[in-house]
Amino acid sequence: MPPFLAMGKYAAFVWPAYGISALGILAAVVLSMRAYYRAKTRLSAAERNQK
Amino acid sequence: MSAFAALLARDVRLATRAGGSAMLALAFFATVVTLVPFGIGSEARLLARIAGGVLWVAAVLANLLALDRLFQADYEDGSLDLLALSPLSFEGIAAAKITAHWLTTGLPLTIVSPVLALLLNLPVDAYVALVASLLIGTPAVSAIGGVAAALTLSIRRGGLLLPLLVLPLLTPVVIFGAGAVLARLDGIENGAIWLLAAFSVAAVLLAPFVAAAALRLNLSE
Amino acid sequence: MFAYANPKRFMELSGRVLPWLGAATAILFVLGLYLSFTAPPDYQQGDTVRIMFIHVPAAWVAMMGYGFVALASLIGLVNRHPLADVAAKQAAPLGALFTALALITGSLWGRPMWGTYWQWDGRLTSFLLLLFLYLGYIALWNAIENEVRAAKAAAILALIGVVNLPIIEFSVQWWTTLHQGESIFRKGAPLISAVFLWPLFVMAAAYTSLFFTLLMVRMRTEILERRARAIALGANA
Repeated sequence: MPPFLAMGKYAAFVWPAYGISALGILAAVVLSMRAYYRAKTRLSAAERNQK
Repeated sequence: MSAFAALLARDVRLATRAGGSAMLALAFFATVVTLVPFGIGSEARLLARIAGGVLWVAAVLANLLALDRLFQADYEDGSLDLLALSPLSFEGIAAAKITAHWLTTGLPLTIVSPVLALLLNLPVDAYVALVASLLIGTPAVSAIGGVAAALTLSIRRGGLLLPLLVLPLLTPVVIFGAGAVLARLDGIENGAIWLLAAFSVAAVLLAPFVAAAALRLNLSE
Repeated sequence: MFAYANPKRFMELSGRVLPWLGAATAILFVLGLYLSFTAPPDYQQGDTVRIMFIHVPAAWVAMMGYGFVALASLIGLVNRHPLADVAAKQAAPLGALFTALALITGSLWGRPMWGTYWQWDGRLTSFLLLLFLYLGYIALWNAIENEVRAAKAAAILALIGVVNLPIIEFSVQWWTTLHQGESIFRKGAPLISAVFLWPLFVMAAAYTSLFFTLLMVRMRTEILERRARAIALGANA
């Protein structure tokens, strides 16, 4: 295993730590952006119905 | 009879009737303590070591049982609105109900605790520490629980939310309460009982005001 | 400052700021990750020290997040600032996420040292309780139907929590000294040598920037949703 990936035999701890953090952060970003665009469409639909 | 005393007496009467919350709390307390040896084995030394902690955890859980109905019962049937019109302030209402809760839950648990401590092999010289810690600490449990009950009174099934809300807030009480018993077991002075007393006094003094704010909030439409 | 209070101004302002904030977050993360992986292994901890670069920032944002929720709650209760409640409500899930990440990375960081995935040491235990404080706050918001009432009740809860937090931390610390076995990994983290400070600070800045970026997005979302709901209600009137 290349030294970078092996992380001095601590690979089983370092990579999951980074992996789970990345997943959590990505999930937060994706969910927040999705909710934002959904709210935007809902608002424009509501404004159109108003007219 | 002052309005405070009247409300206090009425709540105590309600809780101590057959099937009321007082009996429920005692039964729950006894049940939890009795179950523990079945879960972890009956080795005397082990039980003696954890007795203080188990009794404290059981006491907190038993206290939580009746808390969600503390204000909710009166809120649902309109009694709380009537109480709001009485000369008693919201702080007074909260203080009366919290006191009634302690008199019918915390205090009976404290009195019964030596009997259950017997089942868990607690050394006799730790009994005073146990009863003292419960006596001083259970008012804080009623107080903090009362505040949470006031916050959640408009939520149907708010009882499910209550343990989640109070858990972090009650951690110090359990730590210091059980710590006081442990100090006696280990024969050391760790100041637990004083820390517990300080926390309890603060909680009991502040709770009526915070609960009153929550009551006012929930009753304003 | 309160001129920016009204939602319309906030939407305009945040609309302009957000792209920059998002870009800054991305740059900080790229830089921070580069520094984290090029830092030398620690003398004692080896490569596990790299976990510190994502654990400590997460923990820092978790704590700052709760302070933010409490501050926004206070402003909402006292000043009736219209956006304060929205800010508090949307900051909480973010804070809870970072608390969870702090717990998970803390557990993975400690495992090589302690031999177990969980240790009831002062720091992890405090963060577990912080997570409960967050979850209770979020649950209360969701459980009360009336939006205004929920905001005020949650605000009271947040203030109770923030006042109790130092007491909880103290009691947990006191408790660990009571039951301390042979714990190699004590509360005070090993002294950090200078070469680790840069990755740590940059990652901390990245995490903080991320928090505020996402908070801004979520606040904008909430404002748009409320507007849509108001129109729908008005149409049915």
